[in-house]
Amino acid sequence: MTAVETRTGRVEVHGVHKSFGAHEVLNGVDLVVEPGSVTVVLGPSGSGKSTLLRSINHLEAVDRGFIALDGELVGYRRKGDTLHELKERDLLRQRTRFGFVFQSFNLFPHLTALENVVEAPVSAQGRNRREVEAEARELLARVGLADKADAHPRQLSGGQQQRVAIARALAMRPAVLLFDEPTSALDPELVGEVLAVIADLARTGTTMIVVTHEIGFARQAADQIVFMDEGRIVEQGTPTDVLDHPQHERTKAFLAKVL
Amino acid sequence: MTTLETRPSAAAPPAGTPYDQFRVVKAKNPGRWAATAVVAVLLAMVLNSLITNPRWEWGVVWAYLGEVSIVQGVWMTIKLTLITAVLGFALGTVLALMRLSQSPLLRAVSWGYTWVFRSVPLILQLLLWYNLAYLYQSLDVGIPFGPSFASFETLSLIDKFGAAILGLGLHQAAYSAEIVRAGILSVDQGQHEAAASLGIPRRRQSTKIVLPQAMRTIVPTAVNEIIGLFKGTSIVYVLALGELFYTVSVIYGRTQRVLPMLVVAAIWYVVLTTVVTVIQYYVERYYAKGAVRTLPPTPLQRLRGNLTAGLSRVRPVGDHR
Ligand SMILES: Nc1ncnc2c1ncn2[C@@H]1O[C@H](COP(=O)(O)OP(=O)(O)O)[C@@H](O)[C@H]1O
Ligand SMILES: [Mg+2]
Repeated sequence: MTAVETRTGRVEVHGVHKSFGAHEVLNGVDLVVEPGSVTVVLGPSGSGKSTLLRSINHLEAVDRGFIALDGELVGYRRKGDTLHELKERDLLRQRTRFGFVFQSFNLFPHLTALENVVEAPVSAQGRNRREVEAEARELLARVGLADKADAHPRQLSGGQQQRVAIARALAMRPAVLLFDEPTSALDPELVGEVLAVIADLARTGTTMIVVTHEIGFARQAADQIVFMDEGRIVEQGTPTDVLDHPQHERTKAFLAKVL
Repeated sequence: MTTLETRPSAAAPPAGTPYDQFRVVKAKNPGRWAATAVVAVLLAMVLNSLITNPRWEWGVVWAYLGEVSIVQGVWMTIKLTLITAVLGFALGTVLALMRLSQSPLLRAVSWGYTWVFRSVPLILQLLLWYNLAYLYQSLDVGIPFGPSFASFETLSLIDKFGAAILGLGLHQAAYSAEIVRAGILSVDQGQHEAAASLGIPRRRQSTKIVLPQAMRTIVPTAVNEIIGLFKGTSIVYVLALGELFYTVSVIYGRTQRVLPMLVVAAIWYVVLTTVVTVIQYYVERYYAKGAVRTLPPTPLQRLRGNLTAGLSRVRPVGDHR
């Protein structure tokens, strides 16, 4: 079962600016994520991590700069010197190349775990329901929930819900997985089971961008760590670079607090 | 730390006390008993007066309850209510979606519709529709501002029934729109985001993700509206349309048996409302799927549960439990 092709999923973020009113939330962000690599984004609350992630799959439109996936602009189509905003239908199709895992899971509460996983591949990608169902069961098994296929989200623990959400994202066979603080809403003893699933995906060569405060996970799973503050990337490098030899005062102060 | 260490030994029972052998005395509620007694006496008084006062004329009530014209009136009331409810909620859903759309014109039109149709009294709207033929002698189907393909006499198209349906339905749509809108707004923003991030097509987002969840908020209020409609349709007596209330009033105008006929109508309205209330229970239960951890038992299941529990209690075998 190859949910994700290894050689696709290159994400480029170039000079991205984004404001909410007068508040500049992203202040010129540049970032390249290589196919099959894992990027962990660290930074204090309010530094723009979620906004960056949401901009990458165009849940938010950026004000300036551009974002591309495998060389294809996200949210726009280029014709000569002009950029045309994508129609809703094309945008939705493009979004299926990103899997997004939310802090608050956002499972559909009226559907069972299996139905949650099956819905989008059938309705958004037009795939055969029976095939998708078989694949969905495999995915649920892969996140350790083979026996919970028919449970509704509210009958599951937080950790189980988040694992269903991961299976739901994987079912789209996305090129890139985006995680926005996937374990922040979980009780401490449930964090491990979710991180284990994500770390497992990391080993299979899925391109991932993970916003998290779990430094241990970052050290173990990340190819690249990015530290954000006030809408800018202030430091980036390998886990050893950023975690053990931080150059920037802000990074040092932040790590002193969370380590 | 120290308080934690000292408190358990003081609060915890001495090890091994067999509490289950102690006698349990229920808390006393003298207030509840007094209130129950008062209500019981009041109920007895009401029942007594209903049975012993001959002016209720229960014989007449009984004779007319199943009378053909009454049953036809009931059927007309049901038809008016159901058609109005369907029309009202269909148009109301469209209006709600318009109100939540990105287009300022659609939003404004939806707002304006609700504004007008909620402002003008229903009785006035009914009479306006009934007199539409005075404003427009014929209604044309064709290209806007262009040629017309077909033309209908307004009078033949909008009879009493048509006017009643139009009046009730368009009026109801204004209220239903607000109910549906409130339901949609009650769905968590994260649900829209999750659906969008999965690339689920727009229409499917509405029908499969948002509306089913909105139904939990919509159903109780919608049923309230339908129950209101059952009785509210009696207003079309101004059009002399033979629904339940009009039929009853025609009969008591003829026979002068006003009170028993009003009781006949009341009984029928209670029956209709009861049926809707029962249906509501099951519809709510359906949409509670996933919103509660375990569904409440249906009345039937509860009855069966009680029966089996009762049976096992009387079972003579020396079973220990
Ligand atoms: N939709 C929005 N409208 C207004 N302000 C927002 C919105 N989304 C985020 N913000 C603001 O942008 C800043 C960065 O938010 P966010 O990207 O969520 O930070 P982080 O995820 O790093 O905690 C915060 O100050 C937040 O209040
Ligand atoms: Mg955030």
